[in-house]
Amino acid sequence: MSENSKSSPLKMYFGIWITLLLCTFITYKAAFIELGRFNAAVALIIATIKALLVALFFMHIKGAHEKLLKLVVISTVFFLFILLALSMADYGTRMWS
Amino acid sequence: MSDSTVVGLHHEEQHHPELLHHFAEPQQQRDAASLGMWIFLGTEVMFFGGLFCAYLIYRRWYFGDFGAASKSIDATLGATNTAVLICSSLTVVLAVWAAQTARRTLLIGSLVITMLLGLVFLGIKGKEYKDKFEEHHVPGASFSFDHVPIPGHADQYANPRHAEIFFSLYFIMTGLHALHMIIGLGLFAWLLFMAWKGRFTPEYHTPVEIGGLYWHFVDIVWIYLFPLLYLIDRHP
Repeated sequence: MSENSKSSPLKMYFGIWITLLLCTFITYKAAFIELGRFNAAVALIIATIKALLVALFFMHIKGAHEKLLKLVVISTVFFLFILLALSMADYGTRMWS
Repeated sequence: MSDSTVVGLHHEEQHHPELLHHFAEPQQQRDAASLGMWIFLGTEVMFFGGLFCAYLIYRRWYFGDFGAASKSIDATLGATNTAVLICSSLTVVLAVWAAQTARRTLLIGSLVITMLLGLVFLGIKGKEYKDKFEEHHVPGASFSFDHVPIPGHADQYANPRHAEIFFSLYFIMTGLHALHMIIGLGLFAWLLFMAWKGRFTPEYHTPVEIGGLYWHFVDIVWIYLFPLLYLIDRHP
């Protein structure tokens, strides 16, 4: 709404849309190729790219002027990371002893 | 209307009718609303995060059983639904842009297409659930998952009890996601009604914006559900 309020963001929106559809196609096709343990990694990396595209451009985190909003988003990701990382660190290492 | 009490406070300046009196300016009101929505979405991330965490733990424990169970779901339907949701996210972003730039027809059209795509998503989901009911893959008394080989180990069968846990997670996660979609459809029906009445202007369109945030969030949840539930161990 600030510097480029005149130039239409439509081109960007359609570009992101095409990219998201392409990513979906790639992740679908890649799932049928034998990559060993990298299948999961490829699928999750593509999912994260798609989630970032939606969050940054469709949900307008990029270009948001409100600093508090960024704090909320970053702390959300941080607490999700604690939830997943500490749980997996626990369950992943129980067989070690 | 309790005009008499308000007049004393506000008689000196005219402001936009949608600007509530405890905000100094429209921008502040917009920022407060979107910040509140983002905090709500933060709680939603933690809500779904717990389910994703449960999924990851069981996936590690019952690796092959989860692979066998996941393979029984139609991945093409899942991929189609992903594309449907991505298209609906585009129409949502177009709706917000239309509200910002006072394009009434585009706003109403985008909201209608978004809702139609949401219904298509739920329809495909319903087809998937119907298949699972017919195959007796719904956890419960009639659950059966006998003699299904584990991917990569043709001589081993998946443990039905472990596959049942996969399907429990599948139904809880996609079911809660579908519930969010239904709530989203309700929100968008209300937005459509308000847009029809011409309530949204470039100065005031916060409901379209935060309704859009909700829709995109539900899309992001699906973006992770799709590979985790449909695409594990697909390869021969």
